[in-house]
Amino acid sequence: MAQVTLRKVVKKYDEVLAVRGIDLDIVDKEFIVLVGPSGCGKSTTLRMIAGLEEISDGDIAIGGDIVNDVPPKDRDIAMVFQNYALYPHMNVYENMSFGLKLKRTPKDEIERRVKQAAQILDITELLDRKPKQLSGGQRQRVAMGRAIVRDPKVFLFDEPLSNLDAKLRVQMRTEIKKVHQKVRTTTVYVTHDQVEAMTLADRVVVMNAGLIEQVGAPNDLYHSPATKFVAGFIGSPAMNFLPCQLEQAAGALRVRLSDKLSFPVPSDRTARYTSHAGKSGLVLGLRPEHIAETRPHVEPNQHDFDMAIDVVEPMGMETLVYFTINGTEVCGRVNPNAGAADGKPMKLRADLSNMHLIDDASGKVL
Amino acid sequence: MADAAVATASDRAASRPRYGSMSRDRRWALRWSYFFLILFAIFFLTPPIYMFITSLKTSAEISAESNPWWVYNPTLSNYIELLTQNTYLTFFRNSAIVSVITVVITMTISVIAAFALARMRFWGSATLATGVFLTYLIPETLLFIPLFKMFAWVNETFGIQLMNNWWTMLILYPTLTVPFATWIMIGYFASIPKELDEAALIDGATWMQTLTKIFIPVALPGIIAATIFTFTVSWAQFLYPLAFTTSTTELVLPVGIITTLIKGDVFNWGQIMTGALLGAAPPLIIYAFLMDYYIAGLTAGATKG
Amino acid sequence: MADIAARGPAAVTGDSRSGLHKLMQRKSTIAFLMALPLIVLILSLVAYPAGYAIYLAMLNKGMTRFVGLGNFDFLFGRETFWMVVYQSCLFAITAVIFKAIIGFVVAHFVHNIPSKGQRKWRGMLLVPWVIPPAMSTLAWLWLFDPSYSAFNWILANFGIDRVPWLGETGWARFSVILVNVWIGAPFFMIMYLAALKSVPEQLYEAASIDGATWWQRIWYVTLPMMRNIIAITALFSLIVTFANFDIVRVLTKGDPLNTTHVFATWAFRVGIESGDIPLGSAVSLFMVPILAVAATFILRDISKRGSEV
Repeated sequence: MAQVTLRKVVKKYDEVLAVRGIDLDIVDKEFIVLVGPSGCGKSTTLRMIAGLEEISDGDIAIGGDIVNDVPPKDRDIAMVFQNYALYPHMNVYENMSFGLKLKRTPKDEIERRVKQAAQILDITELLDRKPKQLSGGQRQRVAMGRAIVRDPKVFLFDEPLSNLDAKLRVQMRTEIKKVHQKVRTTTVYVTHDQVEAMTLADRVVVMNAGLIEQVGAPNDLYHSPATKFVAGFIGSPAMNFLPCQLEQAAGALRVRLSDKLSFPVPSDRTARYTSHAGKSGLVLGLRPEHIAETRPHVEPNQHDFDMAIDVVEPMGMETLVYFTINGTEVCGRVNPNAGAADGKPMKLRADLSNMHLIDDASGKVL
Repeated sequence: MADAAVATASDRAASRPRYGSMSRDRRWALRWSYFFLILFAIFFLTPPIYMFITSLKTSAEISAESNPWWVYNPTLSNYIELLTQNTYLTFFRNSAIVSVITVVITMTISVIAAFALARMRFWGSATLATGVFLTYLIPETLLFIPLFKMFAWVNETFGIQLMNNWWTMLILYPTLTVPFATWIMIGYFASIPKELDEAALIDGATWMQTLTKIFIPVALPGIIAATIFTFTVSWAQFLYPLAFTTSTTELVLPVGIITTLIKGDVFNWGQIMTGALLGAAPPLIIYAFLMDYYIAGLTAGATKG
Repeated sequence: MADIAARGPAAVTGDSRSGLHKLMQRKSTIAFLMALPLIVLILSLVAYPAGYAIYLAMLNKGMTRFVGLGNFDFLFGRETFWMVVYQSCLFAITAVIFKAIIGFVVAHFVHNIPSKGQRKWRGMLLVPWVIPPAMSTLAWLWLFDPSYSAFNWILANFGIDRVPWLGETGWARFSVILVNVWIGAPFFMIMYLAALKSVPEQLYEAASIDGATWWQRIWYVTLPMMRNIIAITALFSLIVTFANFDIVRVLTKGDPLNTTHVFATWAFRVGIESGDIPLGSAVSLFMVPILAVAATFILRDISKRGSEV
């Protein structure tokens, strides 16, 4: 049983607040990913859980016990670092057993555990190699092995894949997920890569400027972001943000993007949005995949409009088109066969059923 | 026939400058490089070679009018005489003991202090690191007079005679070696990624275990470099023993050779050169075997940090 | 009121956190203890004597009376002192310049040859730096011997008169500088070679494509890239050369007629051999200004490099 609980945790460096009071409940066996841009406080949070940084205020509990003043070695955690931090002068076996040896674990017990972990990670034949003789992916495995061997309450990962090349990163991502399914240890994983966050996490914690923006399952974050920051951070290419006005005319709401362009708000959103009609500082959030080429049959809440395309980026399975509405660049994803071309006009279709209305001042999704 | 044609063609080409031919430029640059390197090698190696030549000569041959660069009657008598002479062996023994103990003292103090300065941080540690570097820049020629007076005061006050004892060098030499060794060890330790000690911390290592089990093995090349440096400096130190020791039983090699083998105006050059060559042997042998560490330490002193 | 409420919990948790805080405090205590031998050594055997030297320099010969700047006044009135100042500067500056030039040239030649041979050459050329200076200077002393000089023997074969290497002021000054250059140039060579190796090959290729000649490549690529190392090495060497003792002591002992004395050897003569400790102390203090200037520049360069990384 190892849940991790953060209560109003604050980290101050001199007078700079790196983490500004966060609350987080991580349940047992859960895979949590902390994601956010660099400097958002995610690594600091992880290091506070590890005990590598003192917390300035608040409480951290692991397995129900408050560990604020417990040194790292007594917190029963294991950590995988960005650059792996393998001891260069020890071979793989010694690297993995170092922690156990310091704890005076019996020799045969150490051997059993190392062998077992090596088996899980498929590194049995590397045990007597030095880190220098290993490839990036192998080092990554050994670093994980070192964590597994100790059979801790919590695994902590600090951007473990960012030193790998793109192909290996995808491969190791799957590997980490598989390992977690096998050992089922509570895991806190820090990354700046939202794809990694989405693919690995049971729940994703999006952080920004020392605060938690939103916590939720990957799909929830994608489909119902709570804030503009989350909406823009999750998903690639990023969501389009278009300044808009909400007009009420004859009992129907319309979002107006420019003098010429406006769309009716889907009827199921009308009740939610009515009170915001006429307000300034509203932004329409629409993901690129909800702006596509027009299709012959009419569908509810989908509306055609004409646009001159600025730039076309063929991606293979899809084509990205860029155009400008009222000075804002907008991205859409169209079928490669839809005939999009640089500088040519095109009929596009917006799917308003997936729209988000955002109050720009507070950053909240309405 | 074809060969000859090619040869003359290339000779002619070589005799006048050609532009636009990269490889020809390179070949000439190479030839000039070797030519000058040989000249400089002669310049740099002449004194030690001449030491060796002289060491093989008898006194008679040394004072003869013959070619000084050649040995007509090589003899090992200089070597035999020195190595059976008690005074020379005493100098050698003193030098060896002083240097080895200085190395032990220096490395113990500086490795531990460098670890604390590079990794643990405490109040004033940054200032201290700069202080260490400044101390390294203070030459012994500035300190020997006040130290001389201080040691006299210690004798008057506590009755401990620090003058004219070989072991006084064990107090003096570390002032030269500790700052430098600490400085380059700080550099080596600082180049070890921070995550490595964090990993050790999580693995349950104490600070001392992190130092002995992780840092010292990982920074071993630096430790070897610092050790070599410390040994070489201790072995070569001349001013302190010259100022602080006088009895033949307490002298170390450099001073011993100069004060005992030169008697007034009588220079026994065969023996002096033999003594100097034997005295230069330990650093040279270490250098021959550990050249890469030696050079690493040399460049680290000015570039790390 | 709100202030108190906000502070309340912080104060409480602050107490509960005292454990880790204590640990961190203990960490810095341990660190301090680990550095303590170093601190004691520096304070008692370097910092204190350095300060004590200033005090000593202001006593009379018997060290019974405080004479203020009397010793300095006395020095300024002595011709020998000005000769030592002149010779010290001449010795240090000339030697450093020649060491730098020779080091740079030799480093270039070593860098030019195929890399598999470089190790061997580098190893050979560094030998003067490895031999203890007192010992190698003895070899030079023998090479310069007035009656048996092996150099003069060679010159005689070319019909050139014997050179009074150590017997005449001009030649003696030349000789001590020559020996210093011989010992120190290899150090420059090693430093410059390391610097040369760190200049990316592409820069030279780019310069060649831009039509730079061999000389222009050195002037516009190599030198600017190595500026920092050149400066630091030269400043280091300036300190060491200016404070040099061994070479002059073994080679000339300051002769002829004190014309080759540098601060260190003259301070030794006055302070230890003639037993005037305050005066010797005053002499050695004249090394401080130049050392301080060089040290300041070195520190600035090193911290600049630190902030670049």
